[in-house]
Amino acid sequence: MPDTITDRVPHAPDTLAITLTVNGVERTLNLAPWTTLLDTLRLHLDLTGTKKGCDHGQCGACTVLVDGKRINSCLSLAVMQEGKEITTVEGLARGEQLHPMQEAFIEHDAFQCGYCTPGQICSAVGLLSEGKAKSADDVRELMSGNICRCGAYPNIVAAIEQVLGGDRR
Amino acid sequence: MRSFSYGRADSVQSAVKDIAGNQAAPDAANATVKLVAGGTNLLDLMKADVMRPVRLVDITRLPLKTIEETAEGGLRLGALMTNADTAYDERVQARYPMLSKAILAGASAQLRNMATNGGNLLQRTRCYYFYDTATPCNKREPGSGCGALHGVNRIHAILGVSEHCIAVHPSDMAVALAALDATVRVTGPGGERAIPIGEFHRLPGDTPHIDTTLRADEIITGIELPAQGFAAHSTYLKARDRASYAFALISAAVALELDGGTIREARLALGGVAHKPWRDRAAEAALAGQPATRDSFRAMADAVLRDAKGYEHNSFKIDLARSVILRAFEEAAGLEPS
Repeated sequence: MPDTITDRVPHAPDTLAITLTVNGVERTLNLAPWTTLLDTLRLHLDLTGTKKGCDHGQCGACTVLVDGKRINSCLSLAVMQEGKEITTVEGLARGEQLHPMQEAFIEHDAFQCGYCTPGQICSAVGLLSEGKAKSADDVRELMSGNICRCGAYPNIVAAIEQVLGGDRR
Repeated sequence: MRSFSYGRADSVQSAVKDIAGNQAAPDAANATVKLVAGGTNLLDLMKADVMRPVRLVDITRLPLKTIEETAEGGLRLGALMTNADTAYDERVQARYPMLSKAILAGASAQLRNMATNGGNLLQRTRCYYFYDTATPCNKREPGSGCGALHGVNRIHAILGVSEHCIAVHPSDMAVALAALDATVRVTGPGGERAIPIGEFHRLPGDTPHIDTTLRADEIITGIELPAQGFAAHSTYLKARDRASYAFALISAAVALELDGGTIREARLALGGVAHKPWRDRAAEAALAGQPATRDSFRAMADAVLRDAKGYEHNSFKIDLARSVILRAFEEAAGLEPS
């Protein structure tokens, strides 16, 4: 690992050795129990694709997939995710091949500043596997946990609808 | 977040042992050793420094994640099943559609994937003053006063208030459970007991820091739904400030048992109006034998709201509640919206 916060900050006396599987790779870390999954990804694993927006579960920028299900990583303790498969936006592509949802976001210009985008994409991938969205209205309702302050919503919905209507993976 | 220690429970009995030291706390909300499952409200409140447990006991590995048939013909929802899995369960959707609808009206898809049925009941008010440690709040700091009473109180209660607290309970699921007469199953050091949902949450009175009748050394294991699910004539209607992902200003879970055009039984639980889901059994009983018409439902709404009282910013809720009640009953009875 390069220089991360784990190397720079002295361990609190009561850290726990925690093993997490992130994007298919098993990682063992010494973490204080109050370390959120979000902070673990960003500060301890250098996976900064997942964004910290509100840090209160209100904006969705921190959305990741745990065992395939979308959750807010800011409201979860890393230690509670031991033994689960965690997927972040960095883990969606297969080599150089982007995930269809990533391609659709590019094709539809479904972002402006891009800060909410990793959360939007992870959330949309979770939405696909849930299989509950049948219409644009459903997409809007079931994506309401992801806020876009630039207001790229029409293009986000269009991107998701394209993937919903096409090949699912 | 303040520091705390962490442990995992491997059985309901071990979880009960882990929280045995809480017994002096007045209820589960005030416990110093807290059980954690979804964590969606607890961790947020810990970040805000509103809740300061010294230890968290992770109960997510306990086998309370299933839905089972009860001997009485109802369903028992595991306390640790997620809100999403519960709302999308085929049996819940077919037999208790208003419960499914209520759960899906709450939070976001991400939060519903994390939040559990037991935790949903234990979530705490979203009153701004409760969350803001720079302001007084009798729920957070007993005796400090109520910031909302003469402050910004647009989202606050119109029924069952006290001079000490005008906060509302935020859950949608609990409102549908109240209309269904569900029962909360809990386990403590003395064994199991059942708490009717109507007695689970409480009114603030002069002890608003006590949210529920769940004792600090007890764990919720499940929620039992009676056989009667009112699938044919029921709904959950939620009025809020935006189309999705907002707490209720007013919500209504309504259920009817009809005999042709006559009401045999009526249920109404309101959310967003009080410190607990609000039922008025006298008003419900008065609907029995009445025709299922708008006039009957309007009279029912007037009866339920006769003691409603608004504050500086929330008086609109009384009219809004009247409209939501009428619209929900119209929908449940199959009448065109007026």
